[in-house]
Amino acid sequence: MFEYALAALLQAQASGLPMHRIANIFKPLATPAESEYHIAVFVLAITGAIFVVVGALIISTLIRFRRRSDDNSHQEPPQVYGSNQIEVAWTVIPILIVFVLIGVSARVIAGVENASPPASTLHITLIGHQWWWEVEYPDFKLITANEIHVPASPDGKTATYLNLQSMDVIHSFWVPQLSGKTDLIPNRTNYTWIDPREPGIYLGNCAEYCGTQHANMLLRVIAHKPDDFEKWAAEQQKPAEDDPQLSEARAAFESLACVNCHAVRGTAAVGKVGPDLTHLMSRQTIGAGVLTNTPEHLRAWVNDPQQAKPGCMMPSMKLTSPQLDQVVSYLESLK
Amino acid sequence: MASIDYPLEHPRIKGREFSFSETLYKWVATVDHKRLGLMYITSALLFLVIAGLMASAMRIQLAVPNNHFVGPETFNRLFTMHGTTMVFLVGMPIVAGFSNYLVPLMIGARDMAFPRLNAFGFWMFLFGGLLLYYSYFGGGGLSGAGSAPDVGWFAYAPLTSSAFSRGHATDYWALGILAAGIGTVASAINVIATTLCLRCPGMTLRKMPMFVWVMLIDSWMILLAFPPLTAAQVMLELDRYLGANFFNTQAGGSAVLWQHYFWIFGHPEVYILIFPAFAIVSEVIPIFSRKPLFGRPAMVGAVVAIGFISMGVWAHHMFAVGMTSWANTFFAASSMLVGVPTGIKIFNWTATMYGGKIRFATPMMFCCAFLLQFLVAGLTGIMLAVTPFDWQLHDSYFVVAHFHFTLIGGLVFGVFAGIYYWFPKAIGRMLSEKLGKWHFWLFCIGFNMTFIPLHFAGMLGMPRRVYTYAPGRGWEVWNLIASIGVLFQAAGILCFIWNVVRSSIKGEIAGDDPWDGWTLEWGTSSPPPEYNFEKLPVARSSRPLWDLKHPQDPDWKYE
Amino acid sequence: MAASIAVPPSAAALESHWKMPDRGMIGIIFLIVTETVLFSMFVIAYLIYIGKSLTGPYPKDVLDIPVVATICLLSSSLTIVFAEHALKHNHLGRFKLWWTATILLGLEFLTATGLEWRELIYKDHLTISTNLFGTTFYSLVGLHASHVIVGLTFLLLVMIVTLLGFPIQTQLRRVLFLSWYWHFVDAVWVIVFTVVYVIGR
Repeated sequence: MFEYALAALLQAQASGLPMHRIANIFKPLATPAESEYHIAVFVLAITGAIFVVVGALIISTLIRFRRRSDDNSHQEPPQVYGSNQIEVAWTVIPILIVFVLIGVSARVIAGVENASPPASTLHITLIGHQWWWEVEYPDFKLITANEIHVPASPDGKTATYLNLQSMDVIHSFWVPQLSGKTDLIPNRTNYTWIDPREPGIYLGNCAEYCGTQHANMLLRVIAHKPDDFEKWAAEQQKPAEDDPQLSEARAAFESLACVNCHAVRGTAAVGKVGPDLTHLMSRQTIGAGVLTNTPEHLRAWVNDPQQAKPGCMMPSMKLTSPQLDQVVSYLESLK
Repeated sequence: MASIDYPLEHPRIKGREFSFSETLYKWVATVDHKRLGLMYITSALLFLVIAGLMASAMRIQLAVPNNHFVGPETFNRLFTMHGTTMVFLVGMPIVAGFSNYLVPLMIGARDMAFPRLNAFGFWMFLFGGLLLYYSYFGGGGLSGAGSAPDVGWFAYAPLTSSAFSRGHATDYWALGILAAGIGTVASAINVIATTLCLRCPGMTLRKMPMFVWVMLIDSWMILLAFPPLTAAQVMLELDRYLGANFFNTQAGGSAVLWQHYFWIFGHPEVYILIFPAFAIVSEVIPIFSRKPLFGRPAMVGAVVAIGFISMGVWAHHMFAVGMTSWANTFFAASSMLVGVPTGIKIFNWTATMYGGKIRFATPMMFCCAFLLQFLVAGLTGIMLAVTPFDWQLHDSYFVVAHFHFTLIGGLVFGVFAGIYYWFPKAIGRMLSEKLGKWHFWLFCIGFNMTFIPLHFAGMLGMPRRVYTYAPGRGWEVWNLIASIGVLFQAAGILCFIWNVVRSSIKGEIAGDDPWDGWTLEWGTSSPPPEYNFEKLPVARSSRPLWDLKHPQDPDWKYE
Repeated sequence: MAASIAVPPSAAALESHWKMPDRGMIGIIFLIVTETVLFSMFVIAYLIYIGKSLTGPYPKDVLDIPVVATICLLSSSLTIVFAEHALKHNHLGRFKLWWTATILLGLEFLTATGLEWRELIYKDHLTISTNLFGTTFYSLVGLHASHVIVGLTFLLLVMIVTLLGFPIQTQLRRVLFLSWYWHFVDAVWVIVFTVVYVIGR
């Protein structure tokens, strides 16, 4: 387990972007998460105060009115039946507190849900599959998988709007430091928005139980400096690398069943069932986050995905060793 | 002290041993509310142990990251069966068991209004439970896929459609719970009819014990909340077997419709579950503080208010679904409002203790822990009701911590208080105080050790229903502490089981009224005869035995 | 202070004035309450999915207003009132007559429903799986029909024991509660009819 952490850390350093491993909701780094953070602190303060006051009342009552061990009389204490004034008081005060909370909530709900996109907005369509994320960039005519690259917005003037859809069951998009969660529901398009303040790698999870490998449907949002984002998009728009030295490997890949599920732009592989592999090696992880993208992991994954992610939709194709060598060497060329 | 009636002979016929088959028949064919009540509670406790073992397996798996104690399929079945068992096969029979045992005794009746319906309800519940567990064997189906259900206890569509849930696992979930639910509704009708029709002379509705009031409103909620679940499950089975399209998004159906229907049931259901704890605590705290329940009319009003408002809060489970801001605000408002009557109850219980002479016997200790733990649970509930905060906390371990605080910290602690309090009445012997205190402290420490840290795991981004997690996310330490807490809880439960077994055989004889009680059940023998009271009592106040014991200062002068 | 013993209200007075509602009546009322909620869920599903079917057949194409069936079912509520009235006044002959009429009217309703479904399935090719209309139609009307069947079963039971000589007039209360159930089934039909054949078409 330690090796996962180490490998990921090294990868992060390689990309030059800081990795936000701890997705603390109290360390927001985008506007929606920040609004949610402010109201969270407000609510925590109020409920904390209530806890202290009421808790102290309960504990002090228990201590003060305990039966003394030297009390042997069968005298019952004064039988008090109730008090209308007290009842009114402790009904009205909580109702007032609740009204304050309702008012504040209404404001923040509207602020987050009904926010209008700023002038410079990137639109992404995120489609949930059992157990990976399809990421489309309609403006760039790009389809990738599992990593969501966006431009950072230090001045708050850029944002990324995500249209959320699902191919199968209900999933949920949750990257805590960027925003609260929104579900991906089949036959329905939800939307959410993020504007990461700083460049970096933000971690998240699918947050609606979606079957066997829900736990390994991980999210990475990679926020670049705006120029770097343009560079990344341009790189991704290129069709797959075609290294003449790997033409045999490429032919092997195209002749196997891989192409039924996966797409590699610029080749005969146009499958839509699994993630787009055109620039597989530009991604930091495999299998929606379950393994880091290293040569050994890639080989192990292609050989038998069920080892790392049992129950996932990609079967072991039972490739022979030479076939495996060829497929993996071809995949490793898809930078 | 005078009891209302004195039975002419001990209920057990002396000198005659019953054969095994006679004893079995006595229990299987019984329509006596006391036997059925004990059967309900015993079944609930058995299922509690089974589901608790499932939880222990899950906590072992989650104690460290990337663990291999159980695989994903097994884990997913574990959390589904754990949740379904705890809600439907522990919580609901607790409701039925406590109300069926105590309501007739407390209102001075001889049995429930419909004794045979009572038996029907119990056996339907047991059948449903066994059907659910049969899935471990029968869930394979023709395609060989599946054993126990693995769709989560709330079984969202379209994960439950035949396309994504192959085999029969989901069907066992739907049909088992449907059957058990029919038993529950039968029991609820029975409690309402008993309460409205069989009260002894003088016991107007206003003079009913608080316990009976709470269980009456509980039954009313069951009548309103269970049909949506039944309807949704029927619709799901129609979808799975007859190709209906209720939740089939390909035909234009709505996956969200399931969520609405389920939570229209599901939210009142959690109040249905907690009400027995409210009922028990409302009886135990006054007795061990030696004061009447403070603000009885307000308490009744609060319970009725919770009963109503809780019907209108369901979509706070759906804040992430993408409803309009109007809908989100409405449900946030109603969810926060339902916290007000709940808070009022906590204040009234505290005021009952204030100025009293508190005796810290085991039932009272469980009540004290209940008060503090339920306070925490209610406050985390308010946090979850604030929609923008919920957008972060929803479907995370924070929610898991919240509802375990309500259900274990609230319900289970309340149930233990009730068992320690009424075991002497039902069995005729006292439970050991010493073992009781061990049980309490071990369980209390273990429970808090497990569930307090899980709040933090949730706030650090740990989602629910994950069979494993990667290291380096900040979740390891909280999960480890949580898993260690399980050991203490298990030790506490073992003390409890040992206490029950040993005290049933060798416990101190209880007598009619070991706690110096004030309600009618303490006015008959322990255990009560089959006919409950030799002569039906007459009630002049809500504390009939107080009136008898304090003839110079009876309650009916003040009520 | 003087230990005065207060004089309690007399037990005999309390006992003699004590009147509680009939448990059978409470039972049937709350059964009807819970069944109402159950029907409401299917009605709501029907209403939500009106106009949402992606393919045909559509309601206005295939639904004919079931006039005769409705008249029969609603009249059966009237005949059961007459039957119960006859029983109350000990006119057993008249009771049997009106009770039989109720059963026959109920059977006619079921037959008409069955014939309507046969036409819908075989001629119009509308089944529960065809589209959202089929799903919600068959489930709602079917749920109602199943309750008619249960009601008819109990009505037949009463008829049979009466014919076998059982003194049914001693069970006036229970016959009354059964008639309430029957009225409930009819009232539900009014709602189902309005939702399916009026609003939904």
